[in-house]
Amino acid sequence: MKKHLTFAVAFAALACGTAAYAQSDFSGQLKARQGQFRIMAINLGIIGDMAQGKSEYNAEAAQAAANTLVAVSMIQQAPMWPAGSDNMATEGTRAQPNIWEQNDDFLAKWGDFGTAAKAIQAAAAGGVEGLGPVMGQVGGACKACHDTYRAPAN
Amino acid sequence: MGLAALAAAAFFVTGATPIDDSPLAGRDSDPAKGETVFIASGCASCHAAPDAKGDAKLILAGGQRFESDFGTFIAPNISPHPHAGIGSWTLGEFASAVKKGLSPEGQHYYPAFPYGSYLHMDDQDVVDLWAYWQTLPADATPSQPHEVGFPFNIRRSVGVWKLLYLDDSWVVQIADTPELERGRYLVEALAHCGECHTPRDALGGMNRANWLGGAPNPTGRGNIPSLRPADLTWEPTEIAYYLETGFTPDFDSAGGHMVAVIENFAKLPASDRQAVAAYLKALP
Repeated sequence: MKKHLTFAVAFAALACGTAAYAQSDFSGQLKARQGQFRIMAINLGIIGDMAQGKSEYNAEAAQAAANTLVAVSMIQQAPMWPAGSDNMATEGTRAQPNIWEQNDDFLAKWGDFGTAAKAIQAAAAGGVEGLGPVMGQVGGACKACHDTYRAPAN
Repeated sequence: MGLAALAAAAFFVTGATPIDDSPLAGRDSDPAKGETVFIASGCASCHAAPDAKGDAKLILAGGQRFESDFGTFIAPNISPHPHAGIGSWTLGEFASAVKKGLSPEGQHYYPAFPYGSYLHMDDQDVVDLWAYWQTLPADATPSQPHEVGFPFNIRRSVGVWKLLYLDDSWVVQIADTPELERGRYLVEALAHCGECHTPRDALGGMNRANWLGGAPNPTGRGNIPSLRPADLTWEPTEIAYYLETGFTPDFDSAGGHMVAVIENFAKLPASDRQAVAAYLKALP
């Protein structure tokens, strides 16, 4: 009798544990990955505004922003993109299921952002004329991933 | 008897009248200018093979699929291959196709091919474009038939559609600076922005009264935004920058179909992007 009770309790605990895991929302991971894109936007804006002549060129500020972009590019992506956090399975994300179906290509495109960020880092303190081309390069990297892996806005 | 006469009239009226190609004859052609027309018109964006990148986009082998309410259209091979593509065509036949939506055999093309916009093209641009075309690589991939069901698979009915909807007047009548004229030419003709950004009625004709007013995405998901001044509140420099880099004023980055559009606009001169921005801001 005691053995059956133990077994029943253990089984119930496992079942509850499994159910709790399956229902975990991904709000932490969604906030984290959307936050990383916001950090990118803020720092791209610092450099982009200089490139467009909307703000005074400042070598130190440009370098700091570029260094930040490189730092973001080094964030490990996998923990923020758990299976089941795509826009078909959950709310509040534009991440398409093909991120998981073509995960190697997705991560390769993330790597392309890193390459472009390093190009900005190399050019940032060298004068405003050099900013345009490297902004174009990073724009291409952003677009290439969004083209395939991000759903339309509405 | 009356019905037969009506049917005969309908048959006649929906028929194919090829373009009068006499204005095209005897012109010098410039393939370098043709390349600019090619880029602005986005030929490769639809007619290159799916997932082609870089220089492979110059191989117009076809195969990309375009979903719509009328079925799925599959872009044909329009490389200069003499059998699989359009290599055996004359300049007049090319002009008829691009500006009137007519095949050399006299069949109507479906308006998924945006000849409703291309009909505004300058004849010299068509001549230059055809000259550039001859420099492109030939490809032997066979074109695939469209996946369009009854009744839309009756090409003759496109003749009715053309009568209802083709309009060779400009949408924006007043363009009184060279910059606005160029902007109008790019938006209304070559870059055919209206084809996606203008709402359509049940038969798929553009609603010119709400020009560039936004539309549901034909692939079914999301909306294509309005570019009218009340809705697109960006500065002209911001519009031009977006067309060059894909960055919005908040440094979000474009995705979806606009990526291909921006890829093309980035290769055009800055004055062209500024002209488009000026035209959008001048919309009533």
